[in-house]
Amino acid sequence: MAVPKICGIETEYGVALRGAPDPNPVLASSFLINGYVEQRRIGWDFDDESPGRDARGYARDGAQPPEIETHLVNAVLTNGARYYVDHAHPEYSTPECSNALELVVADKAGERVLARSMTAARHLLNAGQEIVVYKNNSDGKGNSYGCHENYLVDRTAPFAALVRNLIPWFVTRQVFTGAGKVGRENGADPVDFQISQRADFFEEEVGLETTLKRPIVNTRDEPHADPQKYRRLHVIVGDANLCEVATFLKVGTTAIVLAMIEDGFVDKDLTIMAPVPAMRTVSHDPTCQALVELTDGGHCTAVELQWEFLRLARKYADDVGLVACGGEALGGLVLDRWEATLAALERDPAILDGQLDWVTKYELLRAYVDRDDLRWDDPKLSLLDLQYHDVRPERSLYERLVRAGKIERMVTEAEVLAAMADPPETTRAYFRGTCLRRWPESVVAANWDSLILDVGSDPLRRIPMMEPTRGTKEHVDQLFAECALPADLVARLAS
Amino acid sequence: MPERKREQKPAPKERVEEIAEVAAPAETEKAEKLKGDIDDLLDEIDSVLEDNAEDFVRNYVQKGGQ
Repeated sequence: MAVPKICGIETEYGVALRGAPDPNPVLASSFLINGYVEQRRIGWDFDDESPGRDARGYARDGAQPPEIETHLVNAVLTNGARYYVDHAHPEYSTPECSNALELVVADKAGERVLARSMTAARHLLNAGQEIVVYKNNSDGKGNSYGCHENYLVDRTAPFAALVRNLIPWFVTRQVFTGAGKVGRENGADPVDFQISQRADFFEEEVGLETTLKRPIVNTRDEPHADPQKYRRLHVIVGDANLCEVATFLKVGTTAIVLAMIEDGFVDKDLTIMAPVPAMRTVSHDPTCQALVELTDGGHCTAVELQWEFLRLARKYADDVGLVACGGEALGGLVLDRWEATLAALERDPAILDGQLDWVTKYELLRAYVDRDDLRWDDPKLSLLDLQYHDVRPERSLYERLVRAGKIERMVTEAEVLAAMADPPETTRAYFRGTCLRRWPESVVAANWDSLILDVGSDPLRRIPMMEPTRGTKEHVDQLFAECALPADLVARLAS
Repeated sequence: MPERKREQKPAPKERVEEIAEVAAPAETEKAEKLKGDIDDLLDEIDSVLEDNAEDFVRNYVQKGGQ
């Protein structure tokens, strides 16, 4: 049965240290985090981390699970987020959210945290140096870094069913999740402009890797929750989005598709014949007309396959409901926006300028091509592509477009700024964040599924948080009101 | 094979032309204003673009990540 779609996004940002003779990205990333974290840093507890565990129930020979670099900087923020250095990039993991709109706010708050970090890190740098951060997924030279989504999934849902249905889903959802890119990488066929930053980097259908031979469906089985009840689906195919509509659609639609799979609702075989090449086929065609072959012998466009998913989702909403997908009202908003988006993609993708990143970027670049009579291999277009993602407000082309009124926003800036400090109220992130805000000196370590408190006397107390839907404002605000000290909290929880 | 859904059929060609003719002066004005807006925006973006695009793009090299 579909479980509540608790969700989060982890973003590895591109980072450049300008003006340094031998720029070290790990150092630059730690400057950002150290600069940002003013309060005493809360250590991350690695006891329960097991990224090498495979959802298929075995570890594949030769598979290389990522190494945990415990010596690097790790911080947990009062909003429940984790901010750390990973693979020579600053990475921001949003707190757990209970719906797509909440996650739009949390993801945008992450951009603001990085922007503030760049300013805060200045005093750690030598004169003439500057750290610059980009929210994109590739350097244009064959190096990619990820924007991963996570969704809570019912452990009893057969993994094979997830794989079967998610592959066509991930191949085709690019038409609205893509962040757009000039040119190709990683040996893909030449192209002027493509829909996705990431599509060229996927080489397998299913697997455990995240940094090489990237698979469309990642099998990392590390639930950060009760492993008897839950999986955490770790989605690595997505692009980092700046457009709020794109993030909303990416998360909202995927949550509904997952709920349908958990409930065994996908009654049609939508299997694509060769999904890995199909990723590129879809991404390399900004007209959205390219055909992919299905195993039943038919051919269809990505948008046509998306219509099939939407048709099923409408039926699912009527028959089962969208309570697990952030509620009926929010789920309804997702369905309507999804439908409008598919209709627009069929008519003319340019209609979605200001809603989807790839379209917005493409329209901007086309305006330059027209005005300056540029060829698509002109470095100016690559610069525009890169600088669209610049996180510095004064340099970000995306932010220029926001200020020019060209971008549709779905949340207010006040909500975003509040989410830099405040946790979402609807998940266990509320408990984590509130403990950190109230007792920063007493929280010795934190993890997604536990918290270690120093109550002033031995031993340290570990509070398990294995249920992501518990610890919400509704659950624990009264408890917090009645506890003046961490010791009171531990006593109350033990009783 | 999924069926192709068409939400809106394109209007018959004659009708499109007729409307275009009637609306011509206003449309041209609107299109010119739009073009002016885009030109202004591109000028503004030019003013914040990094210098020396070729070097700048070449120097942006990342270590691979996830």
